[in-house]
Amino acid sequence: MRGTDPRSIAGKAPTPERHVALVVVGAGVTGIAAAIEAARAGIEVMLIDEHPIDNDMMAMDAPLCFGQRIDPSVRNRALMLERVVETNPGLASAYEAGVDVQLGTYVWGAFVNGPTVQELPAPMLGLADDRRSWLVGYDRLIVAAGARDVLLGFPGWERAGTLGAGGAAALLVRYRALAARRLVVLGSGALGLQTAALALEHGVEVAGVVEVGARVRGHAATATALAERGVSFYTAHTIHEARGRTGEIESVVLVAVDGTGKPIRGGLKEIACDAVCWAIGLVPSVELLHLVGARLRFVSSLGGWVPEVDARMRTSVPTVFAAGDCAGFHDGRLATPDVAHAQGRWAGLAAAESLGARARSETQHEVPVVSPAPDTGPHAYWQAWLDSLIAAGGWEVNVCQCEEVTRRELVETKPPRYLKWDSPQMNARRLATLLRDGPVNQDQIKRLTRAGMGPCQSRRCREQVGLLLAQAAGTTLDRIPLPTFRPPIRPLPLNVLWPADEPAAMRDTWVSWFGIPTQFSPHWTAGMAVDEPTAHARLILSDE
Amino acid sequence: MMSAMATTRGAAVVIVGGGVTGLSAGWWLARAGVEVLVLDKGIVGWEASGRNGGGATHVYSPFGLEEQRLWPQMDELLGYPTEYQPFRIGVALSETQLALARRWAEIGESRGFRWESLDRRQLKELVPIVGDNAIGGTYLHFGGHANPQRTVQAYAWALQDLGGRIVQHTTATGLTQRGGRVTAVETTRGTFGADVVVIAAGPQTGAFAEMLGAWLPLAPARVEMIATEPIPLMRVGGVAGNGLYGRQTLRGNLVYGGGPHEWINVPDMATPEHANTPLVRNLARRLAELFPGAAHVRVIRAWSGLVENTPDGLPVVERLTRPDNVVIATMSSVGFGLSPAVGRAVCELVQHGRCQFADLGALALARFADTPRDWRERAGWAAAPTAVGAAVGGDG
Repeated sequence: MRGTDPRSIAGKAPTPERHVALVVVGAGVTGIAAAIEAARAGIEVMLIDEHPIDNDMMAMDAPLCFGQRIDPSVRNRALMLERVVETNPGLASAYEAGVDVQLGTYVWGAFVNGPTVQELPAPMLGLADDRRSWLVGYDRLIVAAGARDVLLGFPGWERAGTLGAGGAAALLVRYRALAARRLVVLGSGALGLQTAALALEHGVEVAGVVEVGARVRGHAATATALAERGVSFYTAHTIHEARGRTGEIESVVLVAVDGTGKPIRGGLKEIACDAVCWAIGLVPSVELLHLVGARLRFVSSLGGWVPEVDARMRTSVPTVFAAGDCAGFHDGRLATPDVAHAQGRWAGLAAAESLGARARSETQHEVPVVSPAPDTGPHAYWQAWLDSLIAAGGWEVNVCQCEEVTRRELVETKPPRYLKWDSPQMNARRLATLLRDGPVNQDQIKRLTRAGMGPCQSRRCREQVGLLLAQAAGTTLDRIPLPTFRPPIRPLPLNVLWPADEPAAMRDTWVSWFGIPTQFSPHWTAGMAVDEPTAHARLILSDE
Repeated sequence: MMSAMATTRGAAVVIVGGGVTGLSAGWWLARAGVEVLVLDKGIVGWEASGRNGGGATHVYSPFGLEEQRLWPQMDELLGYPTEYQPFRIGVALSETQLALARRWAEIGESRGFRWESLDRRQLKELVPIVGDNAIGGTYLHFGGHANPQRTVQAYAWALQDLGGRIVQHTTATGLTQRGGRVTAVETTRGTFGADVVVIAAGPQTGAFAEMLGAWLPLAPARVEMIATEPIPLMRVGGVAGNGLYGRQTLRGNLVYGGGPHEWINVPDMATPEHANTPLVRNLARRLAELFPGAAHVRVIRAWSGLVENTPDGLPVVERLTRPDNVVIATMSSVGFGLSPAVGRAVCELVQHGRCQFADLGALALARFADTPRDWRERAGWAAAPTAVGAAVGGDG
């Protein structure tokens, strides 16, 4: 005898609006290569990319750090769509190959069955544009989500004008909408030099490239070429602070540092600029891979947390592939789009074959997987920068802009200031007392201090919070569990995220809590049930 | 980092489960001068205890009056912030919702608490983001809400301040029995001797009861919540309705849950995933209906938690007779708000064998003596037949 619980999810799980054999997320070099390869093998492919990103999302530093230096022209969606297509010729090739290309579309969630979810009819992605959200089911998924920015805090970095290299590149190249005239670039590795060159190419003045180390890290020839175009290099320097009228960066003050990152007395230089761009590295975008349950491991030389993939770019989840920057990269990798392309083709082919398409022998010899490099990864370099910033700017600098949590408050695990809490017990607690109970956990400390809990969804602070905690706990980043990513991985308005197609069964049987009649019965009137009603409520749309 | 070997000595009372019930019980015991040790398979309060709606308005419960008495004192008693805020506002979008809100208020009234009826104008003054779809509401001069995560940590720290111990990342795997008593708790990190054992292990409580030959029917389920970016603070944060529970946090986020649950099986003692489903979209819709003035506000995260329910949805809080040194405590999915009172009740069961401030007769295990083993299937509370392969992966 099997009963039914009308208030459970059974029978109400959503049917995706569409089901596609293969979904490719990210229309960079890799994603386009993957989509075209699979389409040529006869597979139905949907290629999704979030560009052009709407202005409000950009203003929240999602998905890249645009630093509020966004020209109002990005509000012209048609124009931006034109530019995105124009600057990415591969999109046209994908159309021609029969790929269903969806631009301006966010992937905000990935939903799969697992130990605690068993009702989904198929794996599915949550998609959205700036008006609505919907679900798309898939048989195979290729994540080619690229990389995201890494920022570190300095006094004044909350002001408009603090960008990441990814955000700056997008504004310069795709959107031609960087609202800055004079840029200071932080970091002199391949990414820093590339960012400076891009800025010059697009008519933005480069007021300087700052490097905490004693020498320029990138190729000498590239650096020389930049110097010949008038770019000043400030090696053995860090940022002391950013200055300007309220809310704006109008200059930065640099300070000379010694070999350990300590400021040298009298070594201050003020440089006029309206933007500061962090270009010390990027991080693989593994959010979706985390949500589908792909195994991730921390490999510093590949940029941090990266998916475990086999030689055909397949993750630990057999239906999911990862390729391109989100699967891990070296500093130099950014200069080798052919690897990104090869990985994409390989993943596209592998996905197609796993769906029954016939193998095309010409690609069989390629082995494009990026191996961990023998050199150390970017994290030691980021740590050197952070050490210098702490030495120059101290501990009272916000690590989390959204929630206004300082470095000190983070490592002392202070409750947020707005609680105005003061007690001897709380004052006696700090990270060290928490560590007596167990190893450092970024999610736990996030919940205590709120660092990383804001609307930017920790895009601006995740790495520096990790670095600060690892240092304070006397451990290394690879020993701190991955701080989780939660859906929606893009901050979406309620009236975009909501479903317009809610089935009647969902509405008619909705209760706030289980609907067990005796659960909330007054105990003094045993047996008297308080049954939560489930009738309709009239829907008021926000624009009514 | 952790002095594993040093902690393998037991305590007078060993509590299995560092959720809100176990931690509160441990704190009350430590206050009473009892040597206490709390074991948790992960981090304290990491499961449903630290990720729920934070409501503290359960006057219908045998623990209800004590809940209402204790919450306003908790910050001071613990020495750490719980973010407790008093009062609740119920918003109704339909006559049925209004009747339910009033029913809740009247249950409070019958316990001696005050409430007022709100018309739409009054409601909008108090909660500016409600819309013209609201027909009225209730203002409860009782009840309230707190921050679950901050509260579980407050219990844990306060317990330590009183000399109690917490051992995290240690999974209890068995109970050593000798001479009709439980003498120790077996774990992945050694055996901890105990004079009395408290089982407050959430969905796993039933498995421990079974080790003792006791039948505790429990069905675990997954439930989900969403949180928005902060908006300006309202005068009362404890506003709910339209089939949602939740609150505005002191930071300003709207944090709400509700809707269909999924009955599941909890694999062994493992730490479950906190997976979400597309239900987050339906939650968004309900929340935008409740607060049309906030429909443009962005959702910045969602999460899920596992809770357990008994067949009647009521707690089991009982000191067993055989073995007579074990207290079982499961709150049947409604534990956070009641935790100050339930912890005290468990403390009294440990110390005196009975709860002195409430009659727990209705919460005894004996009520399930005739509950058949296949009760979940009969009730429709069983997990979906595992068609997992289809959606998890594999090539088929």
